[in-house]
Amino acid sequence: MNGAGPSIAFWVLAAVTLIAGGGVMLSRSLFHAVLLLILTFVGIAGFFVLLSAEFIAMAQIIIYVGAISVLVLFAILLTPRAGRYNGETKMLLPALLLSVCLAAVFLFVIRDAAWPTVTAEPHFNTNQLGEALLSTWVLPFEIASVLLTAALVGAIMLARTPQEEAEDALA
Amino acid sequence: MSIGIEHFLTVGALLFCLGLLVALSKRNAIGVLMGVELMLNAVNLTLVTFSRFSTSERPITGQVFVVFVITVAAAEAAVALALAVSVYRNRETVDVDRINLLKS
Repeated sequence: MNGAGPSIAFWVLAAVTLIAGGGVMLSRSLFHAVLLLILTFVGIAGFFVLLSAEFIAMAQIIIYVGAISVLVLFAILLTPRAGRYNGETKMLLPALLLSVCLAAVFLFVIRDAAWPTVTAEPHFNTNQLGEALLSTWVLPFEIASVLLTAALVGAIMLARTPQEEAEDALA
Repeated sequence: MSIGIEHFLTVGALLFCLGLLVALSKRNAIGVLMGVELMLNAVNLTLVTFSRFSTSERPITGQVFVVFVITVAAAEAAVALALAVSVYRNRETVDVDRINLLKS
């Protein structure tokens, strides 16, 4: 990936994504953490565009920025007395140690491994992705749809109040 | 300076470790869930990177896998948030240190 455009895009996106990701960790308010999380999702979508995965980028915007962050915001609003405090447990130090060690291992591997890479720009498009999804990977695709339905029905069951359950039992 | 596979992988790795730190250390169950979402996103970024730079004959497979990961992540988020709301209704807290009914 040569040229000034992709380079500038990469460094800007990397800065936005990592700073917003760090903000999720550092912000004391749960609301601010969610807003920074949304910024991280947008940055990742930018990376997907940069990596010529347009469909994934759109899916990222619609599902993560649109749906999942609204779900998280709803969950925060539905737990009012639990507080908006985004503090840490006593496990902060071990967790920090583990994360830093893991990051060091990852960075060494990334630096030292000889990654076989293509030099030419690949020609991805959404057609190819759709064909792959509905020919080679059609069985996992269907299983994923069943899983999603089951999970959403389960989520509705879990989130019902006891009164609603009693009403449903009478009906 | 040209941007190669290492740069994207580095961002993915750092984001994953940040997500791990958030998931392991946050007090609020919803905060823990946000850490898990960060980790899933970092993995998606890594998969799309490998798909872009892969020498395989069918590199689009990496993006297919990302579609599945996003689907499962959506299902996981819905169930986890429903659980958080349900726990809050019974215990009036989503603090993972205070959800300790099974602790002897």
